[in-house]
Amino acid sequence: MSIVPPYGDEGQLYQRDRAWHPPADTPGYKSTTLRAPRQALLALGQTKSELTGPTFGHGIIQPLDNDLIRNFSQDGGEAIGQRLIVYGQVLDENARPVRGTLVEFWQANAGGRYRHKREGYVAALDPNFGGCGRAITDDDGYYHFRTIKPGAYPWPNGGNDWRPAHIHFSVFGHAYAQRLITQMYFEGDPMIWQDPIALAIPDRVAVEQLIARLDRHNTTPMDALAYRFDIVLRGRRSTLFENRMEGN
Amino acid sequence: MLNRLPPLKESPSQTAGPYVHIGMTPSLEGIGGPNRPDLGSGPIAAGDGPRVTIAASIHDGSGAPLGDAVVELWQADSDGVHRQGWGRAACDGAGAFAFDTVKPGRVIGPDGQPMAPHVSLWIVARGINMGLQTRLYFDDETAANAVDPVLSRIMDPRRRQTLIARRSEVDGRARYDLAIRLQGEGETVFFDF
Ligand SMILES: [Fe+3]
Repeated sequence: MSIVPPYGDEGQLYQRDRAWHPPADTPGYKSTTLRAPRQALLALGQTKSELTGPTFGHGIIQPLDNDLIRNFSQDGGEAIGQRLIVYGQVLDENARPVRGTLVEFWQANAGGRYRHKREGYVAALDPNFGGCGRAITDDDGYYHFRTIKPGAYPWPNGGNDWRPAHIHFSVFGHAYAQRLITQMYFEGDPMIWQDPIALAIPDRVAVEQLIARLDRHNTTPMDALAYRFDIVLRGRRSTLFENRMEGN
Repeated sequence: MLNRLPPLKESPSQTAGPYVHIGMTPSLEGIGGPNRPDLGSGPIAAGDGPRVTIAASIHDGSGAPLGDAVVELWQADSDGVHRQGWGRAACDGAGAFAFDTVKPGRVIGPDGQPMAPHVSLWIVARGINMGLQTRLYFDDETAANAVDPVLSRIMDPRRRQTLIARRSEVDGRARYDLAIRLQGEGETVFFDF
């Protein structure tokens, strides 16, 4: 069911492939049980309210926003942990770079502990680690930041469940209907395959899309390893007016 | 061109998790620093109309409030044009959130006819695998609501009511209240736009 495309078919986004995303109710991840809508989502084509979205200029970004090793440091200290560069390209489904879009990220410290009032894990807080940052993608759709590798942590789900190391990502795109929150995992981590949240995604190939690859070419020698994590947002159905879609 | 498959798949969604505030409202968590208000906090710039309050609360299938959700709002300004009418709010312990904004004007809809004034809401939290999209309409727009192309796609009139906020006046200022229910009795209509 879709309403007549409002402003020419070329403006519409591809419909979301709901089988690629986790369904709302995934019993292995218990918090979904009472929070998943029981009624089917009402599928409609996008209107201007969904095809437009907020834009954020480079003016909101401060110099240390993409440096989690130093952006919470007290007296010039640095966060403890395996130093990393995390970078990647934000693309749309048509493989075109999504430029000038805001990417936010947050994570636990090297011990797996979040700086949050409801956090109950015994691992120590790192006085020099806050755990959040943000960046705006460049003209080729790339973002990058410096951080430490987050630790795995236990959580109250099945009694003794542990989350694999991961970084949370929030991405805007240029249309409200592109808005996405996801998580990045690390190549080679066996814990991904026993994680009720990653496995809420039905297709193993889809889970693999969230696994960042170790990238030896972009390491900083004697300093930081690099991981590449590309993110794909919904794309526009038609490319007929390609040069007019810029910044849409 | 019709039904052409795109070359890439959208990255699968994952829950924002219980610590979403660290990333999205860090100042509220004491991480953002004193001179950096959280992104999307404060009054929403949406044109010159009178300021109004949009307030809502979110409850789960057992009636418990979602004290850990984050909500984003996107709306047209008072002229019915989408410019920078965006805000972000964290729910409080009662699952409640509010925006200081301007009532949006009518936006041109799918058939060239104006849609009824509305704001778009996007809800993320622990236990929500993919952000929930919904809309909030206004109960003092009876005529416009009756012909709105999105509301009219909701066949059950009782379900349509789950999107319509009630107007009251607080200290001479309009306030619109909506109860959002994720599941069960009075379940809010969520969209797959
Ligand atoms: Fe987490």
